[in-house]
Amino acid sequence: MTVDMLIDWFATLGDFPVLAFILAVVISGIPLFLVMALNAMVAVYVERKVSAFMMDRLGPMGQGPGLHAGKWGLLQTVADAIKLLVKEDTVPESSDKILFKMAPFIIFIGAFLGLAAVPFSQTLQVVDFNVGVFYIIAVGSIGVIGIVMAGWASNNKWSLYGAMRSAAQIISYEIPAGLSIIVPVMMAGTLNLQELIHYQSGTVWGILPNWIIFNNPFSFIAFFIFFISAIAETNRTPFDIPEAESELVAGWMTEYSGFRWAIFFLSEYANMLIVSGLAVAGFLGGWRSPIPGLFDSGAWGLFWFMGKIASLIFVMMWVRWTFPRLRVDQLMHVCWKVFIPIAMINIFGVGIWKLIFG
Amino acid sequence: MAEFTFWIVVGITLGSAFMVVQSKNLVYSAYALLFSFIGVTGLYVFLWADFIAVVQVVVYVGGILILIIFGIMLTNKITSVNISHASVQKKVGAVAVLGMAFLLGYMVISTPWVTLANVEPAETTAAIGRLLMMDYLLPFEVASLLLLGALIGATTLSRKED
Repeated sequence: MTVDMLIDWFATLGDFPVLAFILAVVISGIPLFLVMALNAMVAVYVERKVSAFMMDRLGPMGQGPGLHAGKWGLLQTVADAIKLLVKEDTVPESSDKILFKMAPFIIFIGAFLGLAAVPFSQTLQVVDFNVGVFYIIAVGSIGVIGIVMAGWASNNKWSLYGAMRSAAQIISYEIPAGLSIIVPVMMAGTLNLQELIHYQSGTVWGILPNWIIFNNPFSFIAFFIFFISAIAETNRTPFDIPEAESELVAGWMTEYSGFRWAIFFLSEYANMLIVSGLAVAGFLGGWRSPIPGLFDSGAWGLFWFMGKIASLIFVMMWVRWTFPRLRVDQLMHVCWKVFIPIAMINIFGVGIWKLIFG
Repeated sequence: MAEFTFWIVVGITLGSAFMVVQSKNLVYSAYALLFSFIGVTGLYVFLWADFIAVVQVVVYVGGILILIIFGIMLTNKITSVNISHASVQKKVGAVAVLGMAFLLGYMVISTPWVTLANVEPAETTAAIGRLLMMDYLLPFEVASLLLLGALIGATTLSRKED
């Protein structure tokens, strides 16, 4: 409710509606951007380390500044950031200049808009929509436009192939993800993320917290379908055929460098945060404590929410460095012939469950 | 404040809609359509139609626009960046446009518009769901059957003979 609260608060100070609106948007936008940047920095470091440990390597290491990358390689992140900021920004001669430059912004806007509805805690949420779940899914599709734009404008066959694969993949996997997120929406009877989390209070089966994932067998399956589809929507391995390095160089990002590429990177990690946030709010109790009643109030909400998101992002990295990439036909087979039928049976099953058990 | 934002939204919608028809490059037209669709979303927000606004983004931006762009990219060789479309049959077009403008203008003037109080109505999602599943169940089912038929038809047409 931050934006509305800020606008109301400014209204009590004086009558300057346009300025108040702009101030409120800026004040709530800057922390979101900081969250995005911080998330990307931490996630890049963790990704390096996690991938290294998965492959029995050491990852970024060092004995101190000047020697390697600082203690535990912590300075590697700083070096990465500086490199991305100062690297030359190349624009190919034969590219479509306007669309080439516009594409990173479209992708960034898609990620940024999604982050605005993520319920970080009971009170920490930029906009508390009554159609929040649907909204996050909707703005996710703006990013696809940006990807296709980047791929086409680059005027490069690898970029174009990457963009088309990406569009096909994201559109396909939006369906099982959307059908699975309907399950918590049906159970709680609301599209509002905060009300969805409020529904998940108390306990179920005696000891487990009343998270939707534990509520019945259908929602348990729905969570996994949603999470796998979410990984596919963020274009990460094993679903990274849009940027398959061994076939397409870097897919739709081939021609990008410097800060424009950094924006893609920022948006990819922000998208991981958003889809994990939606999974946590929809299935894993949001900002509720895993032990009902224990540390279940105030700032602890932020801790639990970020903790759950971090665990899900860790699982994404784990999957990324464990499984090989799927082929295009396998990808479509899994989506259309496995996930969508199961997701539909889930919806039917949850409807029956809700009729019988209330 | 609301008026100020409203005119910005109207400007985006109409400006990019003009870009769609005026641009000689088909790809630019398709991308200008993105901003037009988002502008229309803003208009729905001004009407307090939260659910319809999000549906607008999902269906038009996430579905139809991507399909249009996909089609352009599939049919065009990557080397030829310039895809242009020219105006044809300008006289007949002018008659059609004038007729349409007259009809719409007559509709706007003759309709007895109801002015509602500027207060946030109750949630629309529950009401929409109830109406779709009870009062308008038959049209809803007929529409979904039509879509299913279109889906199967498209698959059959595009499938190679085994």
